[in-house]
Amino acid sequence: MTDGGDAPGETRSEQVCGTPARVHGLGGSAASVYRVSRTRTERLVNLVICLLSTRRFLTAAQIAATVPGYEHDPDDARDHEAFQRKFERDKAELRELGVPLETGTASAFDAEPGYRIAHREYALPDILLEPDEAAAVGIAARLWQHAGLAAAASSGLAKLRAAGVDVDPQATLGLEPMVTVDPAFAPLTAAARDRREVGFDYRVPDRDAPSRRRLQPWGVVCWRGRWYVVGHDQDREATRCFRLSRVVGAVRVTGAPGGYEPPANVDLISHVARWSGPVERTGRATVLAASGRAAGLRRWAVEVTAGPDGDRLVLPYADPDGLAGHLVGYGPDVRVLDPPEVREAVIQRLKEIAVRHDELAASGGAR
Amino acid sequence: MTRPAARSGSRASADRLARLLNLVPYLLARPGIEIAEAAGDLGVTERQLREDLELLWVCGLPGYGPGDLIDMAFDGDRVTITYDAGIDRPLRLTPDEALALVVALRMLAETPGVANREAVERALAKIEDAGDLVGAPVAVRLPGDTPRVEALRAAVEGGKALRITYYTAARDETTERVIDPLRMLMVGGRAYVEAWCRRAEAVRLFRADRIDAIIELDEPATVPPQAVPHDLTEGVFRPSADLPLITLRIGRSERWITEYYPCERVEAGDGDQWLVSLRVTDLGWARRFVLGLGPEVTVVAPVELAEQVRATAAAALNAYAVPPPTNVPRPAEVAPARAPSGDPAVAGRTQ
Repeated sequence: MTDGGDAPGETRSEQVCGTPARVHGLGGSAASVYRVSRTRTERLVNLVICLLSTRRFLTAAQIAATVPGYEHDPDDARDHEAFQRKFERDKAELRELGVPLETGTASAFDAEPGYRIAHREYALPDILLEPDEAAAVGIAARLWQHAGLAAAASSGLAKLRAAGVDVDPQATLGLEPMVTVDPAFAPLTAAARDRREVGFDYRVPDRDAPSRRRLQPWGVVCWRGRWYVVGHDQDREATRCFRLSRVVGAVRVTGAPGGYEPPANVDLISHVARWSGPVERTGRATVLAASGRAAGLRRWAVEVTAGPDGDRLVLPYADPDGLAGHLVGYGPDVRVLDPPEVREAVIQRLKEIAVRHDELAASGGAR
Repeated sequence: MTRPAARSGSRASADRLARLLNLVPYLLARPGIEIAEAAGDLGVTERQLREDLELLWVCGLPGYGPGDLIDMAFDGDRVTITYDAGIDRPLRLTPDEALALVVALRMLAETPGVANREAVERALAKIEDAGDLVGAPVAVRLPGDTPRVEALRAAVEGGKALRITYYTAARDETTERVIDPLRMLMVGGRAYVEAWCRRAEAVRLFRADRIDAIIELDEPATVPPQAVPHDLTEGVFRPSADLPLITLRIGRSERWITEYYPCERVEAGDGDQWLVSLRVTDLGWARRFVLGLGPEVTVVAPVELAEQVRATAAAALNAYAVPPPTNVPRPAEVAPARAPSGDPAVAGRTQ
């Protein structure tokens, strides 16, 4: 075993549980994997406890002499190098977990860096949640449909529970949103948080090729179920919104942290909403619908008048051409009576569709 | 958000380390908790939890003597931490953890018709504070028909079977049906009722904005055991391979189709044109869809659909050749004003 467990520990574990047989009884390779990861985890827990308990910075050598699992011969170059690799890996693992590992020197006379963990930086501050607030956090944590964020949300929730918050797993709010994001969400949010310029390829469907964009992102917005990033477009020298689903490939972080300052009190939503505000439907069209047909149109008619040749529906609309497209879908079931511009638009569309599909029939169908 | 690719194995050990660092404060806050209850709460098996406790029992402060190690007292199936060796609090939230919670809470707070919004907002303020995320660069706005969704939620929570008037876009028809609600949810900015539909004898998603009326029946909602909620991780409409596949040739101005509908194939055609293939639940819907798209769209396959489109357009033109009727309309029968949904209907399982 290269990752040696500590003798006192082993003894104690036998005392407590009296079950070394169970540990070793796992058998074969499974048992050895289990033991290695166990001793590694044990070493890391001890490292955290050791660094939390010290006010002085401890050097790697002092840590090696203290924490079980780092025993080695410092005079043996290979052994020492193995220790250093192990220690580096452990520090990286702690940092990845979010453990605030401080580096510094114990005194002005020490050249070698030392390590410690400040309890104040390590510990989750008190979060006093009422039961209904805790329930809301519990629900929020399970809304994520994106694996990475779902994992982050549930590990965040685990910390709140560890701080004494009790979460009712049965609670509901009657209506729960499924939270989904595009792959560009994580890198763009991180870049906006750190104020770093990014570059990405952006595909708009009516252009043939994606274009390369440079952006100082201010923030990410969910508007009507779609995600956008808002920021200063470096090439257009203007504020721009980009739909995250149109970002092609990876987002490249190109700028240094703190590279710019978003405008004060910027209202991100307003930048996105401006392009898709409510539509005023002030126009009124009258159509004749065959009785019992065109259910979809009847739902938004403001007036329905039955007649012998069908029902007259009065439809509110904003854009005559948009309405015409909608009405054409109903074919002979719906005939426009008024206004003439909608009627003409419908007839024109029908003619073009008929001609195109006639050609298709003439040329022998699908190509 | 995504961790740097860790070597396999070290992932599991990182997860275990995180769990162990939480475990001591968790137990400290709940003296005498039953091991089974703690395991259920922490999402591990009792055996895993006992192994975690065994491991913690051999950890502690340098010196590692009896007074330095984490200590705990067992009383039957209950456990109490008697010495924590300094890990008395969980770790701070990482920026990703705080952001994931804050964004989901903002989503909840913005969801039209959600119950107890005020508690969500209080929780949000506290988590934002703890995670230094008051100015988190993520904003959420989900405008919706709040009164309608609230009425639906109240009806669903009432626990009764409901008779609903529902517009089915796929068949362009409005029908009445009795449903036994399972839950309400929101996907992609739209609210849905998921329910057992007694007419279809299956679980169906009903779009809230297409439920035109609800009547609570005098019988409890009874969901049959075979009713399983949809897995919505891939979106509301997941076209299955047994649905008809249609292929359209579209001009540049109609390329938006590829963003709004799940397309099975998109290929470049002649010039600006694209060939787009998608699955539809119903050819009648496809006919209305293609006609509505306009002159820049031609059906390539199936020939049956192309013929239906041609015949429908020809029949409609014939109708316009006849002069419009001139009879005097009877007094207006006023229906409630409703704005057209404006956006294209999702074909498919959403009925």
